[in-house]
Amino acid sequence: MIKRIKVGTASCGVAAGAEEVFNYFKENVKDIEIVRVGCIGHCYAEPIVEVETENESVFYSRVKANDEYLKAILSLDNKFRHQFPESRKQKECIKVTRLSGRIIPTSIDEYMENEGYEALKKALRLKPEEIVEEVKRSGLRGRGGAGFPTGLKWSFLAAKDSPEKIMICNGDEGDPGAFMDRSLMESVPHQILEGMLIGAYATGATKLFIYVRAEYPLAIKHLKEAIKQIEERELNVLNGRKVPIIIKEGAGAFVCGEETAMIHSLEGGRGNPRYRPPFPTDRGYKGYPTAINNVETFANIPIVIREGGDSFARIGTENSKGTKLFALAGDLKYTGLIEIPMGITIGQIVYEVGGAEPGSVKAVQIGGPSGGCIPEEHFDAPVDYDSLNKLGAIMGSGGLIVIGKDRCMVETARYFLDFTARESCGKCTFCRIGTKRMLEVLERITHGLGTEEDIAFLEDLGEKVKKGSLCGLGQTAPNPVLSTLRYFRDEYVNHVVNKKCDALVCNALVDIYIDREKCIECGLCIRTCPVGAISEDYVIDSEVCTRCNSCIEVCPKKAISRIARENKSGQS
Amino acid sequence: MDRISRMLSGIEKDRSNMIKALQLVQDEEGYISDESISLIAKYFSVSPVDVEGVVSFYTQFKRNKPGKYQISVCDGTACHIKGSTLVKEWIREEIGISDNETDREGLFSLQTVACLGCCSLAPVISINGKVYGKLDRKSLIKILKKYKRGDIV
Repeated sequence: MIKRIKVGTASCGVAAGAEEVFNYFKENVKDIEIVRVGCIGHCYAEPIVEVETENESVFYSRVKANDEYLKAILSLDNKFRHQFPESRKQKECIKVTRLSGRIIPTSIDEYMENEGYEALKKALRLKPEEIVEEVKRSGLRGRGGAGFPTGLKWSFLAAKDSPEKIMICNGDEGDPGAFMDRSLMESVPHQILEGMLIGAYATGATKLFIYVRAEYPLAIKHLKEAIKQIEERELNVLNGRKVPIIIKEGAGAFVCGEETAMIHSLEGGRGNPRYRPPFPTDRGYKGYPTAINNVETFANIPIVIREGGDSFARIGTENSKGTKLFALAGDLKYTGLIEIPMGITIGQIVYEVGGAEPGSVKAVQIGGPSGGCIPEEHFDAPVDYDSLNKLGAIMGSGGLIVIGKDRCMVETARYFLDFTARESCGKCTFCRIGTKRMLEVLERITHGLGTEEDIAFLEDLGEKVKKGSLCGLGQTAPNPVLSTLRYFRDEYVNHVVNKKCDALVCNALVDIYIDREKCIECGLCIRTCPVGAISEDYVIDSEVCTRCNSCIEVCPKKAISRIARENKSGQS
Repeated sequence: MDRISRMLSGIEKDRSNMIKALQLVQDEEGYISDESISLIAKYFSVSPVDVEGVVSFYTQFKRNKPGKYQISVCDGTACHIKGSTLVKEWIREEIGISDNETDREGLFSLQTVACLGCCSLAPVISINGKVYGKLDRKSLIKILKKYKRGDIV
């Protein structure tokens, strides 16, 4: 007996066509409840449909909106059934995402049927200081990147005597390549809000803010609905004191993930960071004591309270407790949202959880534009705050991009710097001008016009930008460059000395070549070329060619490819 | 009462609501005009330069009228290594616009965004908020043609 059918309609699922599937099922199935749920993390298999029966759950993947799939699903056929990769199942440790993708995100009742708000009830029976103590004992550290102990931060706020105290949930997930917070906000908004309410009770906060990127409309919608339900049931009345929860939409500035910049943005101004101290717990939003925690940190809180700090601390390493979510993407098989215990190695994530082909991976990029690239030879390093720092990367918020052998590390570094240079708020000279100068040098190198002095210049300026910047953006902006210089120096040297990009990525160092042995002279490439660079006798004029790959894509015989450019002078 | 005050009625005249106000105006009109800036300044009793400063700081706010269909090319890390630069090139070939431009018919405008958060479907774009993933040249052009013909509205 089928109880109900769940369609994963978080942003990834929708982009893969889940909306069409949902509508098709809704139209054609009358007697079974069909509901939308969030993300179960297996994005590579979207759209995903889960069928709940009396005693089990059956998953179907890459579902299409047609009769064939619908029939198979209604008859619980083995066809199209999703097999979860065994190696991933063994390595994952599902705690924070336990309900993600399994319940209706905006149903408070379903959340409560699954132990939801029990932690809040338990918390309200304790004294506020006992909760702070419990969070301290759990060893939970901030999941937004820097890893500051959450319990300690809360104790600072709790100790303040002020008519207003503010607590902010940081949902401004600005790192390109990260989507853990989006997924949590879309899939389990109540879990985050429960964590915030516990925080408000523990610290005496009088107002709660959630700062969400405007690029996450579904997350905002779900949070709004969840807040409405909380207010209807007066769950935000903590011991007779009503605590308002307010959503603030960001407006697309990466630096606003930095806490002092976020406060300025909440106040309605430009998101410039400021010097600390005073720390926000002393002087924050409108001058009131303020504590800012990340979405994932708040989502951990109900677990800490429900299980107790000691139990929570059993997972993880000496200094990094609990589990961590990573947004796994790039050159691997099982992309998606993963939850692993702290302390497993990078290699285990890449190969066992992510199913990357052994030998195909060059590096991983952890921590986005503030993080670094870690090469394959260090894949035995454990994932915890301190080990990653030692390798020149950071935990960051949890974007983890697997970089395959055919990618260029110089271009990857250029990409990140281009991002941070654009996102620099312009306040500190070294960040504003230094990142721009570094970017220019990197562009020169990828255009084949770099010199060996450029490499030394990058290292020197990179260190200075780190030291001369006020906030985390500038202090970490050179990391992608410095870490690739540390581990992939030979690629830089190859670009500046030999004027070669072995990965054949940097356009100025690449030519497009037609293999006349394979060519069948069908003319498709000539007709497709947008700039008319291919002559009637199938020769490409490399001065005209923009290396857009259009010809390579259309060639039915795979006769066209990118090759290293012979001309050593490079091109600008 | 001017049109901005009507649009913003109900929003408390506290400066901390300025970004929200700008978002509302942009939702309504598609962009932030010079006139809107001075009216918003009046509404919150701040100087127009204060408002302009906020508008120019955040990438979300547009100062030019966008096309009917706003294409956002994701240039997040995953999309970048999976070829977002090529995606932009293909769009330029197909409809002749680059970053922050609108085509002559006012049908399409193009912008690059940091990350749409659909990294496992890279490379992705969104058109008026609808996300399209796992793009190659063929599928991209097919999508653009559908919009051009008016098959998708």
